[in-house]
Amino acid sequence: MILEIVKSFFVMIGKALADQPDAKGNFLDALPESIRAIVSVLLSIVPIMVGFPLLFALTTLLERKGLGRIQNRLGPNRVGKWGILQPVADGLKMVTKEDIVPRNADKLIHFLAPVVLVIPTMLAFAVIPVGRNLVPIDMDAGILFFFAIGASTELTIFMAGWSSRNKYSLLGAMRAIAQMVSYEIPLILSSVAVLMIVGSLSLVDIVNYQDGFIFGFIPRWTVFTPWGLAGCIMFLIAALAESNRSPFDIPEAESEIIAGHLTEYSGFKYALFFLAEYLGMFAISGLGVTLFLGGWHAPFPGLNFVPTYLWFIGKLMLIVCLFIWIRGTLPRLRVDQLLNFAWKFMLPLSLINLVSAAAWHFSAVWDFTGGILVRWMLSAVIIGFPYAWLGRGLAGDKKITLRTYRYAD
Amino acid sequence: MPIAFAIIAALTVVSAVAAMSLRNLVHCALCLAVAFAGLAALYLQLGAPFAGWAQVLVYIGAVAILIVFAILLTRSDAPSQPTFSRSWIVGVAVALVVFVILARAISSSSPVHNISEAPERPEPTIKAIGNQLMTRYILPLEAMGLLLTAATIGAVIIAMREPKPADAERKQNPS
Amino acid sequence: MTPLHYYLLLSALIFCIGLAGALARRNAILVLVGIELMLNAANLNFIAFWRYLPADAAVTGLMFVIFSIAVAAAEAAVGLALIISIYRHYKTVNLDKVDSLKG
Repeated sequence: MILEIVKSFFVMIGKALADQPDAKGNFLDALPESIRAIVSVLLSIVPIMVGFPLLFALTTLLERKGLGRIQNRLGPNRVGKWGILQPVADGLKMVTKEDIVPRNADKLIHFLAPVVLVIPTMLAFAVIPVGRNLVPIDMDAGILFFFAIGASTELTIFMAGWSSRNKYSLLGAMRAIAQMVSYEIPLILSSVAVLMIVGSLSLVDIVNYQDGFIFGFIPRWTVFTPWGLAGCIMFLIAALAESNRSPFDIPEAESEIIAGHLTEYSGFKYALFFLAEYLGMFAISGLGVTLFLGGWHAPFPGLNFVPTYLWFIGKLMLIVCLFIWIRGTLPRLRVDQLLNFAWKFMLPLSLINLVSAAAWHFSAVWDFTGGILVRWMLSAVIIGFPYAWLGRGLAGDKKITLRTYRYAD
Repeated sequence: MPIAFAIIAALTVVSAVAAMSLRNLVHCALCLAVAFAGLAALYLQLGAPFAGWAQVLVYIGAVAILIVFAILLTRSDAPSQPTFSRSWIVGVAVALVVFVILARAISSSSPVHNISEAPERPEPTIKAIGNQLMTRYILPLEAMGLLLTAATIGAVIIAMREPKPADAERKQNPS
Repeated sequence: MTPLHYYLLLSALIFCIGLAGALARRNAILVLVGIELMLNAANLNFIAFWRYLPADAAVTGLMFVIFSIAVAAAEAAVGLALIISIYRHYKTVNLDKVDSLKG
């Protein structure tokens, strides 16, 4: 019987890697009845809990090398060939560092904050469709679950900042929470445009909507429509702000308020915060890929032989590289500039994006020749004109002139 | 499955009692967030996922944070304040009487005891809920939008710092 | 399957805990916390009844709870703004001290 179980295990791995539906079925039938439920759950959870932290380790290395090259220096290159073993060295350092807790700190909450932060961050991966048959739970209200879980991470940042009994931690935590709450609204509203057109809150339905090709070679992804493009850009900006990454990293940049709510954390707890930040970034990028970039679909009609989860991971790493590029290029925003940007610019634009998406949807009956061009222009003007007007209006009387360079000679 | 219900109910009741009786205000707010999470779990168990996740999003993600911010903005530096009012025993006694009355009403109600198990029925889909919101409940939906707008504007105006006359004068003559 | 009256008793218990807290604590914010607990207990009651009664096409119980959650959020925002405004004037949120209208 053990031989049966091992054989059907390897058959299941083969089926899952080749995108076949219902890979788990035969393996579960070969097991005794009592442990079937637990093994089924473990089979959904273990790939996420192993795969995404490995991707996290790879991304920390990619980020340091990438930022180094942008800043005209090499990144870490001592530990392995090209610095490949740097994440291992970082992990060993974090684990063996002394865990210092301030004497006046509220010990229970100080201990619980990183633990309670990692839990919702990992829960968020439960609804993201990684491949054609690879979504852990196909919830009817998938996106609502994702945003609810994202909103509950804000309270843990407050716990971290307040329990340290440190003025700077508290101030940093307050700023971080204000930033996260402000950018939640453009995040949710820009995804509502997609939900409106697709007509379902389930992420699997959203990916299935983006199937197929127009004119034979343009994929039917949401990003290739005017409201989808605007929505994708707003979603990615809000995702940067939600993950506290540059240029929105006032809460945790080193030259700012020390490290904000992370000041009094060292060793493994700091590693947990770090892990939670990157996993949050992956989760929200995964949602962006699902909503706007077509999920696990291939970009060209002939490339269907590549497994779908490779397309998903490729698009995810594309967005992560974009985030790293933005971090290396743009200067940091001040906290009042950040909040003004959210409330006065992103919020009205995301509302107008809804109108643009509605115009696109209701003009779908215009199927005369050149109709699609007219629809494109209509939607683009609905979102583009307020964008230009609001941008100029909010710049006030600051004259933005052409950049000139002065070199020492 | 009563065991799941028992665990979630115990967690909710314990955190509700803690939220009302702890000394430290921030601990009270965090226990309240745990109570909200317990209630969301109960909604999920009762087959209402939309209400459950909306509860997490609105209550834990917004109301709990509001309460925490208000606690931090209204701190006074006198730590040794007795936390319960002088006549706290009267409040607890009134609540106990209300609970006894409600419990008696529930236990002795025959329609409630006739419903001993939940009917087998499919969960309402989000599409059905959306349909109902847009056809039958459209008026309450629009009224809710107006209410939330009025509440937002009102809260901002109430909590805004009033410009004092000295500030207004200083703005007039910046010399 | 748990019987209906377990949910109703739990809802009554949470309601009375909220009521006791709202009457016994002297910090204005904790009174608001008690009121939020009471609202949540009523929501639980609605959902329990909605689940255990035969289905209707208009999901009335669920709709009521959704609107109740929205109203409670609006009320918490305004209530906390009022508390902050009171603090700015009286320099305390202790309800025993905020009693200048008392006869």
